Amino acid sequence: MSLELIDIHKHFGPVRANDGINLDVPKGSLHGLLGENGAGKSTLMKVLSGFYTADSGEIVLDGKKIHLGSPNDAIDAGIGMLHQDPLVFLPFSVIDNFLLGSPGSLPLDRKGTRAAITGLRDRFGFTFSLDAPARTLTVGERQQVEITRLLWLGAKVLILDEPTTGISADQRELLFTTLRELASDGMIVIFVSHKLEEVEAICGAVTVMRRGKVVGAADMPVPPEDLVTMMFGEAVEVVERPHVPLGDPVFSMHSVDIDERLMELSDLNLDMRQGEVVGVAGMEGSGQQTFLRGICGLVQPSSGTVMLDGQDVTRKSYRNHLDAGMHYLPAGRLEEGLVEGLTMTEHFVLSDRSTKGFFIDWDDADTTTRREIDRFSIKGTSESTAESLSGGNQQRLLLAMLPDELELLLMEHPTRGLDIESADWVWKQLLARREGGTAIIFASSDLDELLRYSDRILVFFSGEVLAELDARNTNVDEIGHLIGGRTANSGPGGSP
Amino acid sequence: MTVRSGEDASGVRKAAIGILPFLIAILFAAVLILLVGENPIEAFRLILKGSLGSTNKISDTIMVWVPLTLAAAGLVVTFSAGLWNIGVEGQIVLGAIGASFIAREVSGPWYIVVPLTLIFGVIFGAIWALLAGVLKTKGKVNEIFGGLGLDFVATGLTLYLIIGPWARPGIASTSGTEPFPDEALLPNIGNTRFSPLAVIIAILAILGVWLLLRGTRFGLKLQAVGRNPKSAYLMGIPTNRYILGAFAICGGLAGLAGAIQATGFHLKLVPSVSGGYGFLGILVVLLAGSRAIWVAPISAFFAIVAVGSISLTLRLGIDSAIGGVLTGVLVLFALIAAGLRDYRQRKRAEARPPEPEQDTAPNDAGVAS
Repeated sequence: MSLELIDIHKHFGPVRANDGINLDVPKGSLHGLLGENGAGKSTLMKVLSGFYTADSGEIVLDGKKIHLGSPNDAIDAGIGMLHQDPLVFLPFSVIDNFLLGSPGSLPLDRKGTRAAITGLRDRFGFTFSLDAPARTLTVGERQQVEITRLLWLGAKVLILDEPTTGISADQRELLFTTLRELASDGMIVIFVSHKLEEVEAICGAVTVMRRGKVVGAADMPVPPEDLVTMMFGEAVEVVERPHVPLGDPVFSMHSVDIDERLMELSDLNLDMRQGEVVGVAGMEGSGQQTFLRGICGLVQPSSGTVMLDGQDVTRKSYRNHLDAGMHYLPAGRLEEGLVEGLTMTEHFVLSDRSTKGFFIDWDDADTTTRREIDRFSIKGTSESTAESLSGGNQQRLLLAMLPDELELLLMEHPTRGLDIESADWVWKQLLARREGGTAIIFASSDLDELLRYSDRILVFFSGEVLAELDARNTNVDEIGHLIGGRTANSGPGGSP
Repeated sequence: MTVRSGEDASGVRKAAIGILPFLIAILFAAVLILLVGENPIEAFRLILKGSLGSTNKISDTIMVWVPLTLAAAGLVVTFSAGLWNIGVEGQIVLGAIGASFIAREVSGPWYIVVPLTLIFGVIFGAIWALLAGVLKTKGKVNEIFGGLGLDFVATGLTLYLIIGPWARPGIASTSGTEPFPDEALLPNIGNTRFSPLAVIIAILAILGVWLLLRGTRFGLKLQAVGRNPKSAYLMGIPTNRYILGAFAICGGLAGLAGAIQATGFHLKLVPSVSGGYGFLGILVVLLAGSRAIWVAPISAFFAIVAVGSISLTLRLGIDSAIGGVLTGVLVLFALIAAGLRDYRQRKRAEARPPEPEQDTAPNDAGVAS
């Protein structure tokens, strides 16, 4: 038995989420699927578990081509998906959750189900009680319920999407033991993650995705920095970096603690000068976003001080930060940056915080918009709505909407999802800004971008700043090491 | 549902899609009337005759159109801000209470008392709406639940006033308070209920809302908040303030509707003073979306059906609820048509092949997220 994905294509509008994916997993293996957010791994797994139908391509299981029109088809074919948030009906008891998802029609076979489930549960040493209300279970136990359910329904292929988020260390160990046992029984286990150490711990082989394509596949063990390089992209050696003289100190944060739901950052310190560019590296979800949102007041720091251009902005409102000359451009351009359904002209009116009048002068706004469209070479008209623009043009619009005077620009993934032309253009704008004295902090999962444009690089790992590097004196290997959670002189060294 | 004017699509087709739900609704009502053994043509004729057949009937229809239009105009504002202001009924009731308070307590020439009743209607309605707004912004109570709760409280409050402090001397009954003195009543023409002032107010309300949404920074920001509160917030728009603003405007207009209901139609405070025009107004806005101007004709149609179907009961013995069925089915089919259109558009967008890549290395295609 084996599972083969052949040339899978899936696009959403102009976005190629999966662009010709090939994957071949033999029976009895624990296969890791690595990639940053937006790499296309979630889309691929949704195609494999029947949530999406691929635009083209084949799924072959056991030598038979299968068609998956719904998650139900997938489980009938023996493919089970464990979601990051296990799908459990909270108001019901555990046993009712099983009966809900049981195949066949009425009547329910309460006794038989109970016996079968108890057998499976005890075999793997799972701890949940069948009669407990599902809402009393921990995330780890819900996961166990879901795995048991998928096995009981006859899954031969088990897909786990970021399964270790929010579960305890003991539960994680139990999960890993279970997965190893299932693989040795001949099942196929696909483990989707961006946590290198977990993939290293249990996977026999790994496939790395980036920008909708498979960029590498290898049998483990592989040096972690190689995996990081695959995930984050090759960095071309930067021969010449333009020398931009830095200006006066403009931003500082001292002993800042930020708490945001699951992410706790403590004792953050950073001083920046005008025109300085700081890159923030790390696996997705290592605290970079909380860091940026804490700086601009979207999350209030619990202690410490944040100063911008001589003003104390600590614990001031987000709008105060904007007034002080800060701006934040989030990764989700259409989700958090632009407004679907509104035209470019309307966006320029909205972003203009200095004009006050009650009535809008539409002729004037239209003129401004045409000028900006020209200046930022945005493909579209003043009447184009935000969602009708391509990703690159959305990013151009967002940059065009920035105020002229800016002390500090915070940006997440400035070029994610953009073609090379747009990416270069974005950086041309950002570099022009820095020459004008704007300090820039950007988070990125593109090593090339980090090395090419940063003066300094902060590397985050599970909520800590692991290192602050001078971009001139570092290299891909060192950053790769650090992103994987190893400081320079620990862990198995030796880069290729 | 948030369809805006000026979208590209061939005009004829668009009109056809717009009229289709209307025809289906008429057909549906016709079938129902046939089923109870009556002639649908006759029924529709009666509806028209019952609402537009005489000066008196026309003036009645207009005086239904006015509060319905006011409430709907207000709801266009909350709708644009992405809010479901179910509390509009209660806001109408509070407006009526505010107006009644002035009508009962203040005496003077009509040109003082009448404006005061209207102003108090606006203030009471706006305050009631702001309660729902504060519950939403400060208490994280969904405006639908908050509004619904406040509707019941408002109804309870009217009943309490009518059989309690404002009861008619001697007979406390739910038929209403003592009729208001003449100088507190909306000036009308002749023996009819028709009040030119009320019509002017309603027209001004529509134009005002249209201008607000079309031509002002406030209106544009309101729409940004309604369409994407996250982006609006990051742009520096104080979203909560705008949500409260939308509630206050809608509540004010609904309160005005209530004041006109009390002083221009019932001429006293009655338990069902809102006439259900708040909920009917929600149906109007489901059809009109953010297009304020459309509120006028749609409300006119609803008013004609509502007033005209009363004569169905009198002349044919068909329950006048058939009018409600007609409007309800119309809205339902209009929503289905809009849903189908969105679905087709989405399908078309998805079927569109990805953009050709330019100037990109083969293994570095423009992709992601």
